[in-house]
Amino acid sequence: MAISNQSEKAGNSTETPEILEGYNFAYLDDQTKRMIRRAILKAVAIPGYQVPFGSREMPLPFGWGTGGIQITASIIGKDDILKVIDQGADDTTNAINIRNFFGKTAGIETTEKTTEATVIQTRHRIPENPLSAKQILVYQVPIPEPLRWLEQRESETRKMHALAEYGVMHVGLYENIAHFGRVTTSYNYPVQVNDRYIMSPSPIPKFDNPKMDKMPALQLFGAGREKRIYAVPPFTKVKSLDFEDHPFAIESWEESCALCGSSNSFLDEVIIDDEGSRMFVCSDSNFCREETEKIKDGPVTSSGETL
Amino acid sequence: MYVAVKGGESAIKNSQELLAEERRGDKNVKELTLDQIQNQLSLSLDRVMAEASLYDRELAALAVKQSCGDLVEAIFLLRAYRTTLPRFGTTVPIETANMSIRRRISATFKDLPGGQVLGPSFDYTHRLLDFSLAANGDVPEAMEADGTVDRNMPRVTDLLNNEGLIEEETAEDDNEPFDLTRESLKFPADRPARLQNLARGDEGFLLALAYSTQRGWGRNHPFAGEIRMGELSIEFIPDELGFSIEIGEITITECQMINQFKGSSDIPAQFTRGYGLSFGHNERKTMAMGIVDRALRTRELDEHVQAPAQDEEFVLSHSCNVEASGFVQHLKLPHYVDFQSELVTVRALRGEANIDKTNIVKPISDIAATE
Repeated sequence: MAISNQSEKAGNSTETPEILEGYNFAYLDDQTKRMIRRAILKAVAIPGYQVPFGSREMPLPFGWGTGGIQITASIIGKDDILKVIDQGADDTTNAINIRNFFGKTAGIETTEKTTEATVIQTRHRIPENPLSAKQILVYQVPIPEPLRWLEQRESETRKMHALAEYGVMHVGLYENIAHFGRVTTSYNYPVQVNDRYIMSPSPIPKFDNPKMDKMPALQLFGAGREKRIYAVPPFTKVKSLDFEDHPFAIESWEESCALCGSSNSFLDEVIIDDEGSRMFVCSDSNFCREETEKIKDGPVTSSGETL
Repeated sequence: MYVAVKGGESAIKNSQELLAEERRGDKNVKELTLDQIQNQLSLSLDRVMAEASLYDRELAALAVKQSCGDLVEAIFLLRAYRTTLPRFGTTVPIETANMSIRRRISATFKDLPGGQVLGPSFDYTHRLLDFSLAANGDVPEAMEADGTVDRNMPRVTDLLNNEGLIEEETAEDDNEPFDLTRESLKFPADRPARLQNLARGDEGFLLALAYSTQRGWGRNHPFAGEIRMGELSIEFIPDELGFSIEIGEITITECQMINQFKGSSDIPAQFTRGYGLSFGHNERKTMAMGIVDRALRTRELDEHVQAPAQDEEFVLSHSCNVEASGFVQHLKLPHYVDFQSELVTVRALRGEANIDKTNIVKPISDIAATE
């Protein structure tokens, strides 16, 4: 799963920490990796179906990406280049910790550049740059069950999936529209995969949902604490649930990024003083840096002032 | 001016170093040794080993030291280490009737074969702070018994069984039992899965659930039929030998709860069991486990599920403190993106409702200022 031109070193690779002695390559033993790979294969064969697996305790806490880490550990090879993002950024604590973990236990090359990575582990975002068929996107998933907020019992939700009994989900969305005039779910917006299973896209903003549809890259989802793996194979139909008269729509901003000027990326809002003034910046830090390099003028605030 | 969120890498490193310094504390005070922890904080180790599902006193002591005495953190450390250990096989099942007893009490019979053996326990102490311990007081040697403990120490439930008063405990079939550490839990869970889950479940959680049944939330009065604690040798049959060899000795605590059962159309009235077992000396945990085990048999015994402690999915899905601690605390991770999405949605909803800004609820400080 490594990209072809291995000779060309990743220009933006981050510092690789010393390799930890006494542990297996990428921490997990081969038996465990084999078990996880089998779960992944099953997940790819049944798009959107949640495959139970014998999730292990990892040296990072449950809820902090252990599902994604176990998938990455099972698919990564010595030639792979890994990128890890949290909230779109490479330098948040969670992303740094996971990147260092693989640096330490696998000694593999890491990068911040989306285009250079062969495996991208993510929490809560899909990179702005389109992904290619040579890449794998690994999502960290807290609650894999899209029906959980409507039905707490696993024994019930598994039956509902088996029978494709999804009426309750549509009723939920309908009630939402009846109350508020619109669907108020803004992230973790449910999707239907390959016209069959309803799936949680993990808590990505609904802004990212359209990127999942027919994505050339393989998308793998790992929920460590809940012990589930699911997948969307490359070029698979992923549809966000909606109604004909209330079509699915994504967030938009009147502002554009104060650093790179992008008007079509997902923006985070940053409070910059006591008055509550704010500026908007791209959540995808790598995308923003690349866009900034393209423009000559410095960043500007929403009031037009150059910083 | 906007400061780009950079430098996380070195901030993390500094945080780790600060933690190490705080762990060590004042360098003028002697550093704790693992020996000291193993010898003098043995009940901490027992809890850590039980909930980490790994019996190794030295590693448990290391985990307690590394976690600055935070036992849930220590359990997590040991569990994560456990993941890396190869599995050689399964030991021969232990026979608790044969353990070397250090403590054995029954609350259902005044006397019984083998007698009541109090052993070491807080139960008979007055909870008065002992200031002599603060002054490094020497401890007088405990008196030695005249004779050895009776070798014949049958389990109380076996005695009841002779009369048919308590349900028969039947062995599962010969199939490999479900292994919670290798497979994900399925519902309905069978008894091996349930007991494994409870054995490594958080002591506080099980204690509260057990307590709730005693207060009427799924009441089923339990009697502590027997609690026994002592040592057992562990045997293993290597393939190349074909016979069992002793590979070590562990301390365990076992609790057999005896509960009422009115009987049903098929079964006459008899007592039912709740079972608790734990590594180390861990009576609070095993008693709570025994009560919760019985509460979770509600469906199997055709009783009405009405309380949280009787709800299998509720109990078994939330008993693990490594999972619970991780997920509760993951809220410390950044949620900028989700929160931004919510901001966009709430603003849009408010825009649609055309809210007059004067109607916005004022902060308390503002209200106080105007009043």
